[in-house]
Amino acid sequence: MKNYFKGMKAVTKMDYATYAGVILAFVIVSLCQSFGLLNRSVSGMLVPICAYVCMALSLNLTVGVLGELSLGHAGFMSVGAFTGIITSMSLSTTVPNELARVVLALVVGMIFAAITGVIVGVPVLRLRGDYLAIVTLAFGEIIKDIINCLLVGWDENGLHIALNIDGTKSIASLGLSENGIEIIKGAQGASGNDRIATFTVGFVLVLITLVVVLNLVRSRTGRAVMAIRDNRIAAESVGINVTKYKLMAFVTSAALAGAAGALFGLNYSSVSAVQFDFNTSILVLVYVVLGGLGNMWGSIIATVVLYVLPEALRSFSDYRMLAYAIVLILVMLATNNDQLKGLLAKVIPVRKKGDAIDG
Amino acid sequence: MAKKFEYEKGKMVPVPSHSIIPERDVDKSPILECSHLGIQFGGLKAVDDLNLTVGRTEIAGLIGPNGAGKTTVFNLLTKVYQPTMGTILLDGQDTSGKTTVQINRMGIARTFQNIRLFGNLSVEDNVKIGLHNQEAYSMFTGILRLPKYWKQERTAHERAMELLSIFDMQDLAGHKAGSLPYGAQRRLEIVRALATNPSLLLLDEPAAGMNPSETAELMENIVKIRDTFQIAILLIEHDMNLVMGICEGICVLNFGQIIAKGTAEEIQANPAVIEAYLGKKKEG
Repeated sequence: MKNYFKGMKAVTKMDYATYAGVILAFVIVSLCQSFGLLNRSVSGMLVPICAYVCMALSLNLTVGVLGELSLGHAGFMSVGAFTGIITSMSLSTTVPNELARVVLALVVGMIFAAITGVIVGVPVLRLRGDYLAIVTLAFGEIIKDIINCLLVGWDENGLHIALNIDGTKSIASLGLSENGIEIIKGAQGASGNDRIATFTVGFVLVLITLVVVLNLVRSRTGRAVMAIRDNRIAAESVGINVTKYKLMAFVTSAALAGAAGALFGLNYSSVSAVQFDFNTSILVLVYVVLGGLGNMWGSIIATVVLYVLPEALRSFSDYRMLAYAIVLILVMLATNNDQLKGLLAKVIPVRKKGDAIDG
Repeated sequence: MAKKFEYEKGKMVPVPSHSIIPERDVDKSPILECSHLGIQFGGLKAVDDLNLTVGRTEIAGLIGPNGAGKTTVFNLLTKVYQPTMGTILLDGQDTSGKTTVQINRMGIARTFQNIRLFGNLSVEDNVKIGLHNQEAYSMFTGILRLPKYWKQERTAHERAMELLSIFDMQDLAGHKAGSLPYGAQRRLEIVRALATNPSLLLLDEPAAGMNPSETAELMENIVKIRDTFQIAILLIEHDMNLVMGICEGICVLNFGQIIAKGTAEEIQANPAVIEAYLGKKKEG
């Protein structure tokens, strides 16, 4: 066993350590939960943390591995959340099993976000430069506005969808029958949802996201994507179809964000489009940048710490965001300090000098 | 500008009509045939009426003073620029309208004058990226790590190590490509280009920044690569020892036009070449 680990590459060891860490964290938290050691506010944070970890991991695929800036990742989360809620609500009678419904909702959220990813990616990823950042920024706002005027209901006749563009329509204009369910009510968002997401589902989704991202990075596809990030011209010269691989990475990233969004949406009884605005996109980007571009375990740790931090600082009330900002600045200064890095390298001798960082 | 160009044009000697294909390739069709190849940037003809033939296993050199258009020729061959005039036949196939990616799949691989490695990736991964089109598993096979993934990854690893062994670089496989010394980076670029399984290898100043002993080693290795892989190599180089030492055919470029073609001896004795490099002797 020892020899087996000795023969492995440093990156492979790192991958297994990340899996082990995530599983260990889940086991510890689950145990605490079953012994009643977690208070309500902490256990309420578990599913959103899982969702944001998935968000950060998927965004890291776009920003860290592909090297393109995306400023509208919350848009994909939004698409996933609302399609997930629609799926879960409209299937509430046909599929009474909650677990099966959650899984279906996650899959539907993933598919719709992937389709949206293709629509956004196909025209933009052909271009060179920072166009993706600009387009995704606009995309996030467009999705928010579309959902703000979206009316969706469900009855025996199927799904009723209307767009309340001129502000004259209301949920009544869907013409739902008596047993109908109002799912999305325009700017009010979706309310009265079944809260069927659980921490276990969240954990499994984190694990799946992690496996997808890490296995992708260590495969032929991932190498092609990183080659494009490091040197586009050289990548073309060795026969890599740049647009194809950019699109592959971007759509995978969008699909994973969709699943994370569905998980997030199914955790609350009421969800509205403004929750997935520009600030959310930037929040996730902050997790990714502070965790380290292309560094998956860094993303996970950064997400957990930075998600819990504002909640923990709640007692400072008004000074909460100020303290949060100061912590962000300190972390940025610390991660750019060579002396501190050297000190850290002595404490954690994982990445030796000269070792390749891939993924 | 145009006037000066005309003046230079008047000084040119007629291009030798004989082929520079080595004897062993005579009966085989050439791998590369450029006829009347040219590109115009606005009013400037960066490359003009270039006729060049490279044999199947030939080591050919492309030399010329700075700014003569040598790298532009490489960029035309690999379709970084689309030629505005002329045709390029690779192995008898017309390459017009092809993209850089398609050209690589057709069999041209290149290195760059200013090194373009995948700096954040390991040496081994750089070579594996060169092997990209020889592996054929899908994204989902990679994510699910199906048996096909393990099989092809093992093959790729073995092939990468084999290719790295040409330059004795197996021990560097785990290192970050960007952290390698300059000479090793140049060698890695050649290995990466070879990994794409080319039939024509374009080397853009492979010896730049190398010391004489490294250059001597490189010369041996270029010949070794040709002999092992049985491919054609076209190289741009300013180191005349290298060019005169290993190139069977040499083509001299000045102001975008070929001023001489021939063997090393012929080139060294050609007055037009001497003039292009050293200037014209004062009359009288």
